[in-house]
Amino acid sequence: MTALVMEANAIAKDLGSGAAQIRALKGVDLALKGGELTLLMGPSGSGKTTLLSILGCMLTPTEGTVRVCGDLISGKTPEDLAKIRRENIGFVFQSYHLFPTLTAADNVRLALDVRGENGKEARDKSHAALDRVGLSGKMGNYPRELSGGEQQRVAIARAVVGDPSVILADEPTAALDSENGKAIMGILANIAKDPGRGVLVVTHDPRLVPFAGRIVHIEDGLIVREEAGGAAQAS
Amino acid sequence: MPLVFTLAFRNLFHDRLRFIATVIGIVFSIVLVTVQMGLYLGFGQMVTTMIDHASADLWIMPKGTKCFEDPSLLDTRQRSRALSVPGTTEAIPVVIGFADWRTPNGSSTPVFVIGSDLRAGGLDPWNVVEGRVESLSTPNAVAVDRSYFDRLGIAGLGARAEIRQQSVRVAVVTDGIRSFTTTPYVFMDIDRARAHTGTPASKATYFLVRVGAGADVQQVRRGLLATLADVEVLTPAEFRERSRTFWLFGTGAGAALFAGALLGVIVGTVIVAQTLYSSTKDHLNEFATLRAIGSSRRYIYKVIICQALLSAVIGFSLAYLIGLLVVRMTTASALPIVITPALSVGLFALTVVMCVVSAIAAIMKVTRIDPAMVFTR
Repeated sequence: MTALVMEANAIAKDLGSGAAQIRALKGVDLALKGGELTLLMGPSGSGKTTLLSILGCMLTPTEGTVRVCGDLISGKTPEDLAKIRRENIGFVFQSYHLFPTLTAADNVRLALDVRGENGKEARDKSHAALDRVGLSGKMGNYPRELSGGEQQRVAIARAVVGDPSVILADEPTAALDSENGKAIMGILANIAKDPGRGVLVVTHDPRLVPFAGRIVHIEDGLIVREEAGGAAQAS
Repeated sequence: MPLVFTLAFRNLFHDRLRFIATVIGIVFSIVLVTVQMGLYLGFGQMVTTMIDHASADLWIMPKGTKCFEDPSLLDTRQRSRALSVPGTTEAIPVVIGFADWRTPNGSSTPVFVIGSDLRAGGLDPWNVVEGRVESLSTPNAVAVDRSYFDRLGIAGLGARAEIRQQSVRVAVVTDGIRSFTTTPYVFMDIDRARAHTGTPASKATYFLVRVGAGADVQQVRRGLLATLADVEVLTPAEFRERSRTFWLFGTGAGAALFAGALLGVIVGTVIVAQTLYSSTKDHLNEFATLRAIGSSRRYIYKVIICQALLSAVIGFSLAYLIGLLVVRMTTASALPIVITPALSVGLFALTVVMCVVSAIAAIMKVTRIDPAMVFTR
């Protein structure tokens, strides 16, 4: 029995104001279980990014509730939400968002530094995270010296180094070629094997289906369908 | 090295042109403040140089005297009354005044005559480089500073000239006794000074009081004030402060120097604020990423403040070197710029405060940052 690491109930979100206001999410229920990689798929404008922002505690829902590791995020201050993010959630972004002036190792260490973890232990942890994504030989390289696939691996290492319960990945393979995309998804799928950690990948790339345990389809702000992914069928 | 410092350092040096502009702004600002405050201190020292070098525990002066150069006069009868006050061992008369110095070739220039009782050694020339102070008691002998030779139209020791149609001879040469008014000081015996300034024998400008060993200066002062009429009795520290206040604030010179310093601080703050703000704006995506991965606002403020402090340290170091160079260049001038250890510490603190205040605009910018922007960029 795996635990729920994140749970969203009846999430609605209005964006804009006045006549330009639109309801981007119209009552979304979504639960992430530990040990599972979930794909959130849908066309552009379906509400994927808005939902990801809410799950990532960066946006507050207009209606509904979100629990991260059992904690309700409603009514929390921006600083409280930042604390929830740094303690429970790891992020992987489409355009990596690495710091160009820091080495790969320092980029990863940054996720620990913001939690107040520094010194040798933090350095060892960031080296181990880079080792886990196959970049032990490129710890001293700057992002400009790395390929797109390598940069995304650094971003994954940064996301997992703090051992969060949830990994939220926004189109992690969109900027990569097929081979690198598969490698990145392989790493994420591997990370999702940890029963204490759930991984949600937002994508519209059907080539990622084989890596998923579950696929959630979203359209016009509503979850329209859920199905088992390739990984679940294989097992 | 802490990662916050690394990030701040790299952010700062990432755009070298902007960093150079920041440093130039700080250097410009701090050099300007250094020069203004150094002039203020230099001026403050120059206007009290005679008080500093006089050998006195108390100064008796006419009521309302504003500064050392004030030519008001005391009656010499006051001197014997002063000597009758218990604790007073000496009351050395000093006469000062402007006079006209005429060179043998006929040109003339104003000079400031200082005469005191040479036997008592109340206000003798110092930094003597040629001749002996004792020789001032010989006929027509005067002491001048060598930096004024050209102005006085003389070549050195033994030169002759006239003051008030009376012959004088340079018997003593000093080095570094300069006047902030640029009027040369001429030291001489008090009787000769009276003759050269037209001061009656019954008058003097000051009495320099020395108190006996073990006597309480404040008690002697109270005694002098009770005994003498229409005089003020000040300690050297009080007279220094009064002279300084008169020249710096009574004339507006100090206000002008402070206004210049303030202008420097404002210009520096604006330049640093502008560059820090634009640097923060350029790195907004990175700050949003930091916020997205859970950093507190405080962590981000630390990065920005660290950038400001780094700029302050680098800018101050360069400005201080330039300041020392300026001090060296003005050492022999009529108004040397003075940098004291306290001024150095104050300037560094000012630089730090200026840079940290400059960071406020940048901090306000990141305070409003939306971490969700990382999904759309």
